[in-house]
Amino acid sequence: MKKLLVIGTLVAGLGMGGMVAAEAETAPVLMKPKYTYDAKTIIAGAKLFAMHCMVCHSVQFMRYEFLTKDLGMSKADVHKYIMLPTGAGYKANMVSAMPVNMASKWFGRPPPDLSQMERYKSQDWIYTYLLSFYQDSKRPSGWNNHVFPNVAMPDVLAPMGGTWSEKGKLLKAGNESQQKFRKQVTDIVAFLRFVSDPSVIQRHEDGPWVLGLFALFTVFAYLLKKAYWKDVK
Amino acid sequence: MGLKEWVDKRSPLPDMWREHMAEYYAPKNFNIFYYAGSLLLLMVALQFLSGFLVLAHYVPSAEDAYNSVFGIMYDVKYGWLMQYMHVDGSSLIFVLLYVHMARGMIYGSYKAPRELVWIIGYILYLIFMAEAFFGYVLPYSNLSYWAGTVITSLLKSIPFIGNWVTIIARGGPGISGDTIGRFMALHVTLVFILIIGLIAVHILYLHKVGSNNPDGIDIKENKDSNGHPLDGIPFHPYYTVKDLSGFGVWLFIFAAVIFYAPTFHHIFLERTMSTPANALKSLPDVTPPWYLSPFYAMLRSIPNKNGGILLMLFAVLVPFLMPWLDRNPVRSTRFRPVTRIMLIIFFLNFFLLAWVGEQPPLPKYFFPERLGSVIYVGFFLLLPIVTMFEPTRKPPARVRYRAH
Ligand code: HEM
Repeated sequence: MKKLLVIGTLVAGLGMGGMVAAEAETAPVLMKPKYTYDAKTIIAGAKLFAMHCMVCHSVQFMRYEFLTKDLGMSKADVHKYIMLPTGAGYKANMVSAMPVNMASKWFGRPPPDLSQMERYKSQDWIYTYLLSFYQDSKRPSGWNNHVFPNVAMPDVLAPMGGTWSEKGKLLKAGNESQQKFRKQVTDIVAFLRFVSDPSVIQRHEDGPWVLGLFALFTVFAYLLKKAYWKDVK
Repeated sequence: MGLKEWVDKRSPLPDMWREHMAEYYAPKNFNIFYYAGSLLLLMVALQFLSGFLVLAHYVPSAEDAYNSVFGIMYDVKYGWLMQYMHVDGSSLIFVLLYVHMARGMIYGSYKAPRELVWIIGYILYLIFMAEAFFGYVLPYSNLSYWAGTVITSLLKSIPFIGNWVTIIARGGPGISGDTIGRFMALHVTLVFILIIGLIAVHILYLHKVGSNNPDGIDIKENKDSNGHPLDGIPFHPYYTVKDLSGFGVWLFIFAAVIFYAPTFHHIFLERTMSTPANALKSLPDVTPPWYLSPFYAMLRSIPNKNGGILLMLFAVLVPFLMPWLDRNPVRSTRFRPVTRIMLIIFFLNFFLLAWVGEQPPLPKYFFPERLGSVIYVGFFLLLPIVTMFEPTRKPPARVRYRAH
């Protein structure tokens, strides 16, 4: 009887939660990027980011040396693909060359720093956002976005992914296949995810050792406890 | 005379060791819930360690606080470890606090003669809330800013002097660098010292009357010829080694969170912590951390601001009365199935409130919010009546313990 009542309350509680959760959400549905989160994807994303995004956006907490030290990119590659032509030290932060006051003037708003954007908005959000631009002659930039209405940023990836109308009609094809383009956007997302928490490399490197150590400690502590408690009747 | 004897003659420690460890007799039938107390001690020590380390790099000013926190994350060697230990540690402390309190409620540990142990413990819980809140504001993220604004604005409801108190608390009309300065002082000195002091008082008061146990019966009623409880065992070495293996399991869990899920799906580290304070960008759904959100849900369940605050105050303070609301002389709910079922509903309802407190303020959440509030308040109102008349089995004369 007691068990039955307990189960009954559990079921009732869960049911209630489900009922409320099932109601429709108003926010646009976000798409999920699919990829393996590894150095290869992140470096591919870093190159795309440097080429298309860093004109305007900084990732000010990120240093060039994280690409070499943590991800194993060669210094020559960083120099060739990532660093601005003006050059910078490997210890320097990845800061856009565009002066903030100029950017504010051109776009109305300064482009935000993207160091923590993945943490702040989620990778699904960034992925969907980059795939949701459409042409809108009513906007000063000529662009608008389904996920971020009235966004100030133009669709810098349109030459690759194509130009779309609000209703989702292809107006001008890009020079990449949709499949390849989505992969490239995914790479950028992976890079921004890495930038938002570069400790992931070291965490996953150290993690097994730390957990192993505590597991071992637990085994010995448990044996010790067993030995002491033998005479407790 | 050896050095040890020389010191022992002059030191209070040997007596204290005997009184609180070697000759403190604890019931032998503690179950898994009884680990939470010693784990809390461990976590407070680790929280001090990680806090000390991040404090060495943190800059308490409106201009630099946010960037200094990320300086720790990105540039300080193992800074991420310090930071995640501190952030995840605070959430895990509340996990343990809730387990520890639930244990007390399930086995009637708040009842005579342990009323003061319960009350001191509950004060500790409230002080932890304050400590967590002050800590929350320090990174000066947008969540810090708006959480600080919303919580301090509750002070405005104090009659007559509300506005004045709010300005004193904030160090000005709004949250600013001055707020950071005073919250930092509170977080690392006054409130922290109160926590340490009260923990000591909590344990001293417990040791004066002795621990309860899952059967809720008094082990001091059956003593051997030496005057030691027959069902008791010396805390040291029995419970020191047992708690040590508990430490191992818990540290494994703690490390797993830090190394593999440091944001814990953004429950332990919320997304809005990752964007700087912005007075112009209000968070429409600024919600408190999960461990405070049940009370926030109750605050919101009444549309009138002062009414909501009164309900929240009631909800936060009424557990102080547990020792007197429970009228049944039998402690453990092992022998009081009705109270046990009420408790289970109460705990599930607490989860419901925590969940709904995290949702944006939409009309569709009014119903679960109000239902949750009614169940929460109803529990405390029903308790004295139910415990007076509930069917109660007779507890055994001696604690039940299966050697293993
Ligand atoms: C940092 C906070 C706290 C620490 C470090 C702490 C520590 C301890 C320790 C070491 C014990 C003895 C071991 C055990 O019975 O688990 C204990 C017992 C107890 N604590 Fe706490 N405690 C804290 C907070 C609280 C809170 C918030 C409450 C309740 C509102 C509470 C209520 C009790 C009670 C009733 C007992 C006696 C339990 C029994 O004998 O069955 N404590 N505490």
